[in-house]
Amino acid sequence: MSKVSNSGESAKPAAGLASVVIGQLRPAILSVLALSLLTGIAFPLTLWVVGRPLFPRQAGGSLIVSGGTVIGSELIGQQFTHPEYFHSRPSAAGAGYDGTASGGTNLGPNDRKLTEGAPGFLGIRQLAEEYRRDNGLAPEVPIPVDAVTRSASGLDPHISPQNAALQVPRVARARGLSQAAVRHLVESYTSAPQLGFLGSRRVSVLELNMALDRASRPSRGQAGH
Amino acid sequence: MRWVEYATFLAVVLALARPAGLYLARVCLRERTVLDPVMGPLERGFYRLLGVQSEQEMGAGLYTLCFLLFGAGCMLALSGLLLFQRSLPGGPADAWLTTPMTPDLAANTAVSFATGTTWQAYAGESTLRYLLQVIGLVAQNFMAGAAGLAAGFAFIRGISRDRCTTIGNFWVDLIRSVLFVLLPLALIGGLFLMWQGVPLNLARYTQAHTLEGHAQTIAQGPVAALEFIKNLGTNGGGFFNANGAHPYANPTPLTNFAGLLAIAVLPASLMVTFGHIVGRPAAGWTLLAVMVALFSIGLAVCDRAESPAPMITGQRLAGGNLEGKEVRFGVGGSVLTAMVTSNTATGSYNSMYDSYRSLGVLATLVPMLMGEVVFGGLGTGVFNIVAAALVGVFIGGLMIGRTPEYLGKKITAAEIRWVALYTLLTPKVILPLTAIAVATSAGRAGLVTHSGPRGFTEILFAFASSMANNGQSMAGLDANSAFYNIATILAMMAGRFGLTALSLALAGRFAAQTRRPITAGSFPCDTPTFGLIVFATILLVGAVCFLPALTLGPILEFFQH
Repeated sequence: MSKVSNSGESAKPAAGLASVVIGQLRPAILSVLALSLLTGIAFPLTLWVVGRPLFPRQAGGSLIVSGGTVIGSELIGQQFTHPEYFHSRPSAAGAGYDGTASGGTNLGPNDRKLTEGAPGFLGIRQLAEEYRRDNGLAPEVPIPVDAVTRSASGLDPHISPQNAALQVPRVARARGLSQAAVRHLVESYTSAPQLGFLGSRRVSVLELNMALDRASRPSRGQAGH
Repeated sequence: MRWVEYATFLAVVLALARPAGLYLARVCLRERTVLDPVMGPLERGFYRLLGVQSEQEMGAGLYTLCFLLFGAGCMLALSGLLLFQRSLPGGPADAWLTTPMTPDLAANTAVSFATGTTWQAYAGESTLRYLLQVIGLVAQNFMAGAAGLAAGFAFIRGISRDRCTTIGNFWVDLIRSVLFVLLPLALIGGLFLMWQGVPLNLARYTQAHTLEGHAQTIAQGPVAALEFIKNLGTNGGGFFNANGAHPYANPTPLTNFAGLLAIAVLPASLMVTFGHIVGRPAAGWTLLAVMVALFSIGLAVCDRAESPAPMITGQRLAGGNLEGKEVRFGVGGSVLTAMVTSNTATGSYNSMYDSYRSLGVLATLVPMLMGEVVFGGLGTGVFNIVAAALVGVFIGGLMIGRTPEYLGKKITAAEIRWVALYTLLTPKVILPLTAIAVATSAGRAGLVTHSGPRGFTEILFAFASSMANNGQSMAGLDANSAFYNIATILAMMAGRFGLTALSLALAGRFAAQTRRPITAGSFPCDTPTFGLIVFATILLVGAVCFLPALTLGPILEFFQH
């Protein structure tokens, strides 16, 4: 670092600037091209060549295939309305869980539209009333907030264990299963915080519902396909 | 549990700061590193190709010129790609690309990525071809991150030198930043993300048949190629509209935590690099301590604002404010991410700020207005905190009647002029642009979700984010209009090129100065008192510049509810 020489800094800036710029055009143009090739093509290709054989399932989007049909993705939430399924959170992605239109409501707790609703938009109040009705909850039972709020992506695949617990009686009744059996299933699809402290306890709704279908066909018999 | 996550995050960042900072110092000073056997030949090949004499250094003026030329090259290359992206082969099918790539959107996106802002006025899954996201955006994430790191290196060198006319060679710093820092880490990080579930494919959008028998189309893509480098280069623009909230982009709490480390560790460790190269490690740690203090205050405010559930009269709700937040991250992982991305010029949010309470929004807005002094952008963050320190030294020197000096460099009228310009450029750009947007119908047309104080905050947030080269947004604002595309270009350019040019000019002046020995009479720059002066300076300057604007936005909203 001691033997540094001074290359540029022409003494006559006005006349020198143009030639200085021209002198740097080659590295400017070639660096953009060469770095684009390296980081925009060689880098993703390397990741592809190394990563895809190691993690083929994840690379393809963690898709769930059953009998040749794609049911969905482990990572992407789905809309559920039937009583025999656990319901996902409300969603603002398109018409609900639209996998091509991720996004949230962009409304906050200070917005009347969010809390009280508007034409064509269910507010937290209506969502809470619906949730109580669906699950037969008394007014004094607190509703887990994830059940009546929309996620940031609109594709949230999880609900809180408290939310799942309140839905257990409804699901058990609709399927003619014991509440204990359903609760047991919920347990096995509940993830603890990663490494013990990262994130929240959460229930994977789609995977839980698929497990329910394996355990019992819905008593109404028209869910699924 | 939330506090365990917060504390662990800060502990890991501080634990990694020293080894990472000393490694960065080796990259900066062109010393041998463990990667030399692999990257050395590639590095020399690059110099031959570019025709760069790697031993030849540049003065501040030439260095700045190269930085500008490279930025211009990046913008031209990306705008060209964007305008012709429909001609690129591969998915997604045209039917899904519903947002037209207008010239103003292309220009905005090109400037946004070339400046490391990655402000996104579009939704990735409905606008861009896969190949554009990779060849265009992934590459720009590397290049903008590396150019920022290069400028940071040059700035540190300038302060460390004694009667020297040069501050380094931009092309050398650029190439070394890519080869020795970003590329190896991005490869490891990309594989880690894939393991956790981030897709890497060029497949058609998946047509799923849901359990209840409905059709669901799921956007796919080479997501893993982008999602780590976007954080590592402190860029932040995501593959999908929901950015870090999308389960494909950020599938687990662990990927989120890794992303936060990718964002914060390098900018934090640059304080160690700084202290090491100027020969005063304690000075670097002092600035890092100021950062951690400011960060913790913001985090506490945001956590408190977002912890209670929304209040609905007659309805009992339990839990935090999960509107616009994902269950897997919870309030803790969302709030921590919001504070990390707000403080580091990285727009990779995983929750929606427009769904935050007023004080939560305030906590994410203030770091951008204060000029990203906490950690800051990769490389460029060094300017911000040192400029704040210089203002602090100057005010402190005036109070005790001693010639202000920092690390053996005198702060004369000439230096403080550059510092003042640097400090004032941020409000001088953000406030007039906000005023114009509020005063014109073109600006107010963006307010499709909110009016009143929240609407004002959305606009202020947009310009603060652009100027800070952050890129996160309050998405209730409809920013894909000619007005916002062009107005945010101005702020992004000023934030990137204006601030860097001023910083490098200052670095050039410092390099040329005699480096005075540290004596008992020197101004101490590694004591708690000095840290407190810097801390107070940052808050004071921020308050003087922005309190009126904040009063019209989040503060007014707070008192209304």
